[in-house]
Amino acid sequence: MSDQTTNSIAFVAEGTIPPSPPPANETGVVKWLRENLFSGVGNSILTIASVLLIYVVLKNTLPWIFNGVWNADSLSQCREILGGKTGACFAVLAERWNQLIYGFKYPVEAYWRPNLAFLLMLVAAAPVLFFDLPRKMLLFTAVYPFVAFWLIWGGTVLVPLVALFGCVAAAVVFQKYGKNSFAAGFFGGIVVALIVWKVGGALISESASENAWLTAVPSRDLGGFMLNLMLGVTCVSLSLPLGIALALGRQSDMPLIKWVCVIFIEFIRGVPLITLLFVASVMLAYFFPPDSTVDLFLRVVIMITMFSAAYIAEVIRGGLAALPRGQYEAADSLGLDYAQAMRLIILPQALKISIPGIVNVAVGLFKDTTLVSVISMFDLVGMIRGPILASTEWNGVYWELLGFAALLFFVVCYGISQYSQWLERRLATDHR
Amino acid sequence: MSTMTDPPKSDFRLSMLINDTRYRSLTFQVIAAIVIALSIWYLGNNLIQNLRAAGLNISFAFLGDPAGYDINQRLVEYDSQSSHGRAAIVGILNTLLVAVLACITATIFGVIAGVLRLSKNWLVSKIMAIYVEIFRNIPVLIWIIIIFTIMTAVMPGPREFRGDNPTSSMLFDLFAFTNRGVYIPRPEFSNGLFGSAILNWLLVLAGLVGSWFASHEIEKRATLKQEQTGDRPKTFLPKLAVWLVPFLILMVLMGLTWDVPELKGFNFSGGIKVGGPLIALWFALSIYTGAFIAENVRAGIQAISKGQTEAAAALGLRPGQIMKLVILPQALRVIIPPLISQYLNITKNSSLAIAVGYADITATLGGITLNQTGRAIECVLLLMLFYLTASLLISAVMNVYNASVKLKER
Repeated sequence: MSDQTTNSIAFVAEGTIPPSPPPANETGVVKWLRENLFSGVGNSILTIASVLLIYVVLKNTLPWIFNGVWNADSLSQCREILGGKTGACFAVLAERWNQLIYGFKYPVEAYWRPNLAFLLMLVAAAPVLFFDLPRKMLLFTAVYPFVAFWLIWGGTVLVPLVALFGCVAAAVVFQKYGKNSFAAGFFGGIVVALIVWKVGGALISESASENAWLTAVPSRDLGGFMLNLMLGVTCVSLSLPLGIALALGRQSDMPLIKWVCVIFIEFIRGVPLITLLFVASVMLAYFFPPDSTVDLFLRVVIMITMFSAAYIAEVIRGGLAALPRGQYEAADSLGLDYAQAMRLIILPQALKISIPGIVNVAVGLFKDTTLVSVISMFDLVGMIRGPILASTEWNGVYWELLGFAALLFFVVCYGISQYSQWLERRLATDHR
Repeated sequence: MSTMTDPPKSDFRLSMLINDTRYRSLTFQVIAAIVIALSIWYLGNNLIQNLRAAGLNISFAFLGDPAGYDINQRLVEYDSQSSHGRAAIVGILNTLLVAVLACITATIFGVIAGVLRLSKNWLVSKIMAIYVEIFRNIPVLIWIIIIFTIMTAVMPGPREFRGDNPTSSMLFDLFAFTNRGVYIPRPEFSNGLFGSAILNWLLVLAGLVGSWFASHEIEKRATLKQEQTGDRPKTFLPKLAVWLVPFLILMVLMGLTWDVPELKGFNFSGGIKVGGPLIALWFALSIYTGAFIAENVRAGIQAISKGQTEAAAALGLRPGQIMKLVILPQALRVIIPPLISQYLNITKNSSLAIAVGYADITATLGGITLNQTGRAIECVLLLMLFYLTASLLISAVMNVYNASVKLKER
């Protein structure tokens, strides 16, 4: 009986079957395509529609870009060279490059100065942006504003030197007295700086700028993308301390301080930047002493700084609110006073939380610097809409110029937001 | 027995003003008050001196003077003999018009892009990511100018619609896209129940509001029935009827006709003309802010943990129901606060109208009126007052809505 059973079994496996590869449509490209592009009827339709969209966009732009003409003197010459083909006229960028970057009044022989200032800015910003770099580089960062001012505006070297000296004196006073009492060091520093500036300003003669190493360039001659960059960098760096002060003021127990900060922040956030620029261009001059002449650039910097300070203050307030109450109590129980607690315990944590928000504000502010073209300053957009498109040679070259402006802003803003994401990952100390 | 210790004799010393926490905040506030008062006095003094030197005074009487300029795009009656105040009102209405239109379309773009960015379809989600990055990282002013340039330089002129072989033609014979603006058909009532068109439109609006209440009532009844019997009656058809039937009856009763734009001579006439600047501003604000809203929507949906979806699926809900009943109500709580600030941004960014010549409040009051009358301080103050009021109103209304969808915690 057992024999019969044995014989009736047709097949006995005598070893393990070698693993066979998965079916062809479950591996590699095919699987990826099936899962990501054609997983259902709806998805397939979406995919085909997207491919069509990409095809249409590329079909219209690629010939335009690759047929582009880079050497021509005017739009009509461009069209002659193209001879009826579709193609861009990038010659306008080549021919008007200096105007787009520096504006149309900055002296040509002095272009090396903003270039150098830009390169030095990268060096000065590096230790702020990347913590691994030696801390000694921060010294250069502290000196950089004065160097950049002198390079871009020129004139006598004494002005930035006196300004720098005032700041150094203030820092020394703060180092000496700030240890015991923050308020004494802080206000003492301000008073000393003011005295140095006043005395130094009186010592510099009116004619000092005439035979300076670098010829003086008035602010109204600044323009182009340089103006956007200058406004963006200056206003963001100035508004950061102001924003921290406003945020702390808004959290304050003192009702007067609190309400002043609340009203300031809510007022600035409630009105568009354009109205503040109007204030800068037509109204602010009324509030300065009658015989003073504060140039438009400085007035615009004041208003944009106030604008971004209000937004940064709100971001930092969020960071302060996100800190657990225990951090404040721990600082108190250590016996730290307000300034110490803020500087050593609260702000380092709150600012870390606020970094993405601050970077968002900075990117938004940099984009908003284009608004100064509305009050007839010739920044990049102002140059394009004003002198370049109005000229007889280049009247009608819209896409090349606007595309160039869009590309410049995209590169800078996208770069900053990528940096912020990197920084967030870098600073993430909690395990998530 | 308890010993009573007297509080320490507080013989007041001057240094306590700065060192004693009881007095310190008072000291600081007094100092701050003095500083603030001094700066206000200083600025006010400068202002008075400057105004006197320029022979000016602060007065709002110019608002009654004839404006002397024309406005193409307007919602209320206005001609060049109207006052500056009237021009400002036209501007306010134009600002509100473009802000409301842009808020609606930006929300639509944003929700679509945000949901599609989470799509399982790799290509679609990448395209949406590119859309969001491109539009978020380029200034809105450049977008407004680009779209305005499309409207004026790329769109055909009206004369290209003429002749036996026109190079351009109207879309469905109803819409005309020209470089002077877009012409769309205008609905009109041939035998309205009231004399004026506005009253007829108000009647239509009242009908729609009635339909909304009725459909709400149907939903409520269905829910009640479901709670009592466990069966939810079908509500789709009754709701459709409640929306459509009164509307259609009203339309037939009042004799709805369409005034279709027609090419007459050198230009189109009839229909509604939507000017190029309005379209540029509307569309640019919509796609720009839409990119930001897309990010908010994506973050809101991703903030809902996967367990919620799985729990809903375990209850036997269908995918559509999961989205409608479980995910969206929770995601909305995350999405709405940033959405409010995006709406505020749209309202404030609509002031960029001045760059393309759309007659909003910034272009009328802050532009032409300011330049004609030279009343810089008054104009800018009024302008700020308007935007401030608008911002506060929008955030108040949206906060009420936010409070109504907020998580009710005990």
